[in-house]
Amino acid sequence: MTMLKKDYPATGDTLYIGTAANGLRIRVLPKKGFSGFYAVFATDYGGTYRRFRLDGRVHDTPAGVAHYLEHKMFDLPDGDNALTLLTRNGADPNAFTSSDVTCYYFHCTRLFEENLRMLLHFVSTPYFTAETVQKEQGIIGQEIHMGEDNPGNANYYQLLKMLYRHHPIREKVIGTVESIAEITAETLYACHAAFYTPKNMVLCVAGDVDPERIQAIAEEELPQEEKPVPEVLFGEAEDLLPAEQRRVLNMPVASPQFLIGAKLQPAEKGSALFRQQLTASLSMRLLAGPSSPFYNRLYSSGLLNRSFDADADFSTGVGTVILGGESRDPEAVLKALEEEVARIGREGLDGVLFERARRAGIGSALRSMEDFDDVCVSLALDEFDGFCYLDYPAVMASIEKRDCEAFLAEALQPERLALSVVKAGKE
Amino acid sequence: MELSRVEIRQGVWLTHLREDKFKTACFSVNLLSQLSRETASMNALIPFVLRRGTTGYPDMEALNARFEELYGTVIEPAVRRIGEVQCCGFYASFPEDDFLPSGESVLGDALGLTLEMLLSPRTRGGLFLPAYVDSERENLLDLIASRVNNKRAYAVTRCLEEMCCFEDFAVSRYGDEESCRSINYKKLSRHYKTLLQEAPIELFYCGRAPLSRVRQMLNALLATLPRGEINTDIGTDIRMNALEEQPRYTEEEMDVAQANLVIGWRLGECMEDPDFPALYVFNEMYGGSTSSRLFLNVREKLSLCYYASSILDVRKGLLLVSSGIQEKNYDTAKDEIFAQLEALRQGEITEEDLETAKASVISDLHSVPDTQGALESFFLAQAVTGADYGPRELAELVSEVTADRVRAIARSVECDQIYLLKALPPSEEGAEAAEPEEAVPEEGDKA
Repeated sequence: MTMLKKDYPATGDTLYIGTAANGLRIRVLPKKGFSGFYAVFATDYGGTYRRFRLDGRVHDTPAGVAHYLEHKMFDLPDGDNALTLLTRNGADPNAFTSSDVTCYYFHCTRLFEENLRMLLHFVSTPYFTAETVQKEQGIIGQEIHMGEDNPGNANYYQLLKMLYRHHPIREKVIGTVESIAEITAETLYACHAAFYTPKNMVLCVAGDVDPERIQAIAEEELPQEEKPVPEVLFGEAEDLLPAEQRRVLNMPVASPQFLIGAKLQPAEKGSALFRQQLTASLSMRLLAGPSSPFYNRLYSSGLLNRSFDADADFSTGVGTVILGGESRDPEAVLKALEEEVARIGREGLDGVLFERARRAGIGSALRSMEDFDDVCVSLALDEFDGFCYLDYPAVMASIEKRDCEAFLAEALQPERLALSVVKAGKE
Repeated sequence: MELSRVEIRQGVWLTHLREDKFKTACFSVNLLSQLSRETASMNALIPFVLRRGTTGYPDMEALNARFEELYGTVIEPAVRRIGEVQCCGFYASFPEDDFLPSGESVLGDALGLTLEMLLSPRTRGGLFLPAYVDSERENLLDLIASRVNNKRAYAVTRCLEEMCCFEDFAVSRYGDEESCRSINYKKLSRHYKTLLQEAPIELFYCGRAPLSRVRQMLNALLATLPRGEINTDIGTDIRMNALEEQPRYTEEEMDVAQANLVIGWRLGECMEDPDFPALYVFNEMYGGSTSSRLFLNVREKLSLCYYASSILDVRKGLLLVSSGIQEKNYDTAKDEIFAQLEALRQGEITEEDLETAKASVISDLHSVPDTQGALESFFLAQAVTGADYGPRELAELVSEVTADRVRAIARSVECDQIYLLKALPPSEEGAEAAEPEEAVPEEGDKA
């Protein structure tokens, strides 16, 4: 089957789009003149996908299975390890698990087709024994402890717990030492069978390659039959108010770190969701970005420093606005933010500022397209959300000032905001 | 890729890389100086103060607005150290003109603004504004203090500090708290003027504009750069041997869930005439990748950790291994880390191990020309150390490395320092308050 070719003149890219007979979606971004190749094989399965319905039965799984599975996928039945095999070929393989996706990827400068076959092969070949599953607990246990000592990570999960009442986004993707102790080889086989079907996956490649070859290789290496995709159950929809508005965690950090967050009502998957995501991002830039009056006023007064950032995070079924950084007085930052949102509500956004921010988007779009891993991972993730990352400049151009004003007025009302702080010492 | 290196003014060198495959271009300017406790914080602070405002764009809001007008140009402070050479300045990234609305061009404006930030700061009476210096000094103090936030990096830094306690290398790229605290606007203004006159300057450009055009622009923009006698006595002191016969041991306690073990070696006599290709292959084989001995044994075989990896500083002649472990496994982990080094010393290197490590190093080097950031770092390091080969030439040399050359490196290294960051002893009173919140119980059928 021939792939569809689509040109994106704003960034000078061409994307090849295909779907294999088994339902696997394939995206190829040819890049002339580069010596590296990058491939990511992603499944629409992450840390929050704990309860799902398949073949009429509801399954409940412990926290941390998606990530645990990711670790164990590299083991092959003949005692080999895919990480070792790929590295032996000079490739640089790795994987990550987020709240709503698991990605396996490699970068290499030679033997690309061989490496691609290996990637497709090991991700579609589950092999777990009681012994190998048990052994991984020590490694992941240490990864959990490493996360516990990371103040940014601790703060992020504290904020999510404050915002969300029951959505599984509250729980760490990696799970806990207790929850991963419940994971068995059977758990891993069941979740692999449910979520690692080609129809639930995307393969994305960048490099100096022939797109049709990629599709041919994928069809050769993967199971032919199309299997059903599970329905993930996240429970009833959350309301938009935080469960809790203030919390402080004590950890050894130099300056207090803060996160201000608010829940969003995510749009339906597809172009509406993409537009919402870009609107949220642009609105946050206008409210609190590098050239905003808010950021510069607080920076000058010493309330914020260069660690400050403001953006929106979307995962399946949830959207969260997050602003954060270091500050000696997080409460004062929150108060100033509420005042700024109120002021914009009264006066509207500055038109010049708005045009400038959109213009800056041209540079950021080009910059993000330079990075093979960024582009490929974004293409895969966005595919699961029903849109195409390369439409970024076009969608961005369609957003108007009043969209951003409406977003800020709605999403950032004081009763919607939660403030999570990590600081040294006891309360 | 077309590489040129030219001296455009006294002690001002431009590395120019003509490359058409990127959508953005990059430009960096770096002032080089000897890393020292007395000046490191001042050198580091300068680009942050300069980032606050220029004669044309008097505050950060105006500068950031200008960046946006220039289609999302980004110009940020870059503070690095390469061996014991401190490099301070700016790194700029901006869209290639071909992707802008027709007739638009940002190349000249982006280069111009970067050098305006370097050469024409907002001043009063010829001195930096006290408010800018004070606020950036406080930010830098916070940045220096924030090293404690990342436990793994903190442990590595602390090991280096202990290991190199009599050397400039113990000073971080941002300097230390004490010398930073003593900076004021007068002192910093004087230091800035001296630095502009004396520091060797490394410029780097990578993009579609030919050398002649970039050179012409830079000549005009650098016309006002005051130059005096250039300080060429800048370099790295390499100590071959460990300080004491037995490795020194330092431990520190902190409120942490995971202990961090760091072990430091001097690369030893092999640094007299460093075999760089073999050094890279040795590191890859020992702990530099997922097929390394440390990864396969300390992590995969013994399940002692999530990470156990080695890093090399070939400029300073150091090898470090860092691993996050449970404190009770300290001896097992340490013994295994030494045992794996011993295996390399004994020449336990199969043809397959060697080829795997070489392929991995070669692939990394071949990837350098694919990203501008990697190109810039590579060529800045080459310029600082006076080396003139590119990543492809280095990759060629790596392909010739033999097992004997790797073994020679393993035999040359000398352990100098062991550092352990460990948890506070449990206190009766504190135990309950320090307890993290309870895990949410899991229910329902397990799949």
